[in-house]
Amino acid sequence: MTIRINNNDVAPPDDARVSLLDLLREHLHLTGTKVGCNQGACGACTVLLDGDRVLSCLTLAVQADGHQVTTIEGLGSPEEPHPLQAAFIEHDGFQCGYCTPGQICAAVAMLREAASGMPSYVTVDLATEKTFLSLEEIRERMSGNLCRCGAHNGIVKAIQQVAKEQAA
Amino acid sequence: MSNVQNAVIGTVRTVLGWVPSQWLPGGTPDPLIERRAAIGQQASRLDGPAKVSGQARFAADVAMAGLSYATLVHSPITRGRITKLESGAAEAAPGVILVMTYHNMPRLGIVPMIGGTNLSAAGNSALPTMQGPDIWYNGQVVAMVLAETQEQADYAASLIEIDYREDSAKTSFENAKPDSRAPASVLFEKNHVSIGNAEQELNRAAFKVDNIYRTPGHNHNAIELHAVTVAWDGDTVLLHDATQAISATASAIAKLFNLKNEQVRVLSPLVGGGFGGKAFWDHQIIAVAAAKLAARPVRLILSRDSVYRMIGGRSPSEQRVAVGADAEGKFTSIIHTGYSIMPPYAACPEPYTLGTRAIYKSKSFEIIQRYLDLDIVPNTFMRAPGEAIGTFALENAVDELAHEMGLDPIELRLRNEPEKHPISGATFSQHATRQAYLDGAERFGWEQREARPGARRDGEWRIGMGCASGGFPYVRMPGVNIRIELRRDGSAKISCSAQEMGMGTATVQTQHAADRLGLPVEAISFELGDSALPVAPMAGGSSQTASLSGAVIAGAERLTIELLRLAGNDSPIAGLRAGEVQLAKEGIASLDDPSRYESFRSIMARASRDEVTVTASGSPPLEMFKFAMHSSSAIFCQLRVSDVTGEIRVDRMLGSFDCGTILNPKTAASQFKGGMIMGLGLALTEETLFDERSGRIMNASLADYHVPSHLDVPEIDVIWTGIPDPRSPLGARGIGEIGITGVAAAVANAVFNATGTRVRDLPITLDKVLSEIP
Repeated sequence: MTIRINNNDVAPPDDARVSLLDLLREHLHLTGTKVGCNQGACGACTVLLDGDRVLSCLTLAVQADGHQVTTIEGLGSPEEPHPLQAAFIEHDGFQCGYCTPGQICAAVAMLREAASGMPSYVTVDLATEKTFLSLEEIRERMSGNLCRCGAHNGIVKAIQQVAKEQAA
Repeated sequence: MSNVQNAVIGTVRTVLGWVPSQWLPGGTPDPLIERRAAIGQQASRLDGPAKVSGQARFAADVAMAGLSYATLVHSPITRGRITKLESGAAEAAPGVILVMTYHNMPRLGIVPMIGGTNLSAAGNSALPTMQGPDIWYNGQVVAMVLAETQEQADYAASLIEIDYREDSAKTSFENAKPDSRAPASVLFEKNHVSIGNAEQELNRAAFKVDNIYRTPGHNHNAIELHAVTVAWDGDTVLLHDATQAISATASAIAKLFNLKNEQVRVLSPLVGGGFGGKAFWDHQIIAVAAAKLAARPVRLILSRDSVYRMIGGRSPSEQRVAVGADAEGKFTSIIHTGYSIMPPYAACPEPYTLGTRAIYKSKSFEIIQRYLDLDIVPNTFMRAPGEAIGTFALENAVDELAHEMGLDPIELRLRNEPEKHPISGATFSQHATRQAYLDGAERFGWEQREARPGARRDGEWRIGMGCASGGFPYVRMPGVNIRIELRRDGSAKISCSAQEMGMGTATVQTQHAADRLGLPVEAISFELGDSALPVAPMAGGSSQTASLSGAVIAGAERLTIELLRLAGNDSPIAGLRAGEVQLAKEGIASLDDPSRYESFRSIMARASRDEVTVTASGSPPLEMFKFAMHSSSAIFCQLRVSDVTGEIRVDRMLGSFDCGTILNPKTAASQFKGGMIMGLGLALTEETLFDERSGRIMNASLADYHVPSHLDVPEIDVIWTGIPDPRSPLGARGIGEIGITGVAAAVANAVFNATGTRVRDLPITLDKVLSEIP
């Protein structure tokens, strides 16, 4: 019984009340994952569970048992950034940087969702197999991640750039 | 906040009016305005790689051995007294280390309050923290539980039983009006301004509007929760805090706990957003006290609910704005009065009339604001306090008047552009609102606007365009101290207890210091976020960049003197005085004869020095009182309103700013846009819902308080005049707050243009628009 976090095996916590968020932050000191509301309203704690985005504050750590968790630390480093991490710097997709790890993790999963043809509220053709990520599509799909500094334009531009690179 | 203050400031202004400007700071324009290299460059944030990779450390991220976790309990009643407090079950719960209530909280005094007269203070409340059974407002902290884990603390907190005796409370805005107070001054300004007879002028004006505008309470909602990690070591205490007032927090803790300043250290190198909300509140006091009582390091992360309950926000307001104009559209009367909440134990007024004093000329003015005393968590400053909501009322009214007159609203504004400060008569240091409007209108395509409301349609959508003015004063704080350490290897470190909340403080000051010291950007490091460094004031009032820049100027002057002394008589620059040289090309050069030059390295080698360190503080900011120093903006908005649902979709916005030199276009554009996006929330979705029956906030969560999300935010265009202010360091004025000003009015004016419905009550929700659509 283990949780695989950024390619390391971790035992689930003894206390079943521990959220995945608190396991990451307080037990493992993986503090790149942020806490903004602890009630699923802001997206700051978004991580990848088997590649899908989840809110780690609303996920009990024990629910991740037997699964792969990827956090912002697992995506890249200052020396070897993930393309989205580099694009966020290039487009100034943050100011204080607090919502940023959640935005980037959500974007990684969102690009995968779009590539697999998953439609959104603004998708016109629900039968399409591969969604074209217009700015409007990106905005809708990223609306679960709040940013209070107002870096929205830069975030969306950064994601669109990486989406284009991936499609090319 | 008194008549004495009015007299002092009035006297300073009068005296400075006689003093030749060249004797004052800014009297001679900063030479770097003409000689920029790194400044003005499009630079990425220096902390970017750490922030995008999860390596950036915030206050709640600090690991510590033996850490314990705190949870707070809040009063569910508004006024009254605790009659029974049973904490035995909580104390016996697994993992609990300490339950703290007024019974065992150390006896502490009151913190110094934020205010014009004490710039080293950061307190938001004059109420004692858990010192007795009295309850002053709903949400007041009544207990704290400390446990080995957060889960244990949260559970144990639910076991505390408290009975209250409820007293009657003041919770109605309307009912408080008869007892309102009109203070003598609001921030640095006299509250009551009466020039001519504004009511009489309004009565006989050829055109006039006279309306009431309402704005609700707002909360800052930085995504980072307020958090503090505290550890005592003997009789010294260390706080890893999320604060925009580092030095002031350290001195407040020292005062409360009877410590010397050097016994308290506050570290806050990164703050996850502040917007005015992250100064000094009860949680820092409680965490320090708990860590002392329990003799354990403590982490206290407020829940989102706790942030709403115990950290005040922007006060609601009710504003009357009346504008009268003659047949040519010249204003003859401006009246701006109103009410906002400010309990006697709060420190921060909501100065919504201040902007009105600087924006238009008028034959007469009548301005006064009144405070209502309600039993609420003390309100505080929030991004562009005053101007954010004051411009909503004034700029709505001006748009209404333009419509009344059948005049383009830009034209009406330009006809009333002041040549000098409309109230004080002081000369503007730099003022190009007209250019901001003309540039903005051209770029936005203002000529596409139909003057007749409701004239443009696209299917179910009515399309409208609106504009409005924004503005914010220049502030440079006194008492900013820095240290510059210049090393023989050609690098320099600048240190100051300044704050980084996402503005790019270190990035921009690194660019500045490179140009100021004549070094490459890579050679500079800027150290901040630590109360042990030379003292800086809190980040507020869009003042930090100008204030720090002023201190770096003073430091460079001191460094120049020191280097000239070290250079001695065997140097090509021997005999030159500080005013005759400049720091350039990694050395000192004569201004008249640049061939007279010696490198820092050579000077320091000859003097056998590995480093030269100087400390300095910025000059007193007298330029603020000699000149009228204001930034201004023109905000443009295009939106659609659905006939069917009343839904409002903002399709594009443009901000055209006149804020002096722009130091880093990349980070500046982000700050402008960030302010405008918060303005979108102010206009359309944000509202702290207050239950006047109970005195309790009803939507204390990010699910129920709606900040703009990605889909709400269109592409925002930002331009600026870039004209340097000859009176400020680097020619720059602050830009952190002006972005939000004017936005709510631009949106409201666009809604009117789209639908013919004038909404004077924020936020502009669907119901307010739909009920008026024919």
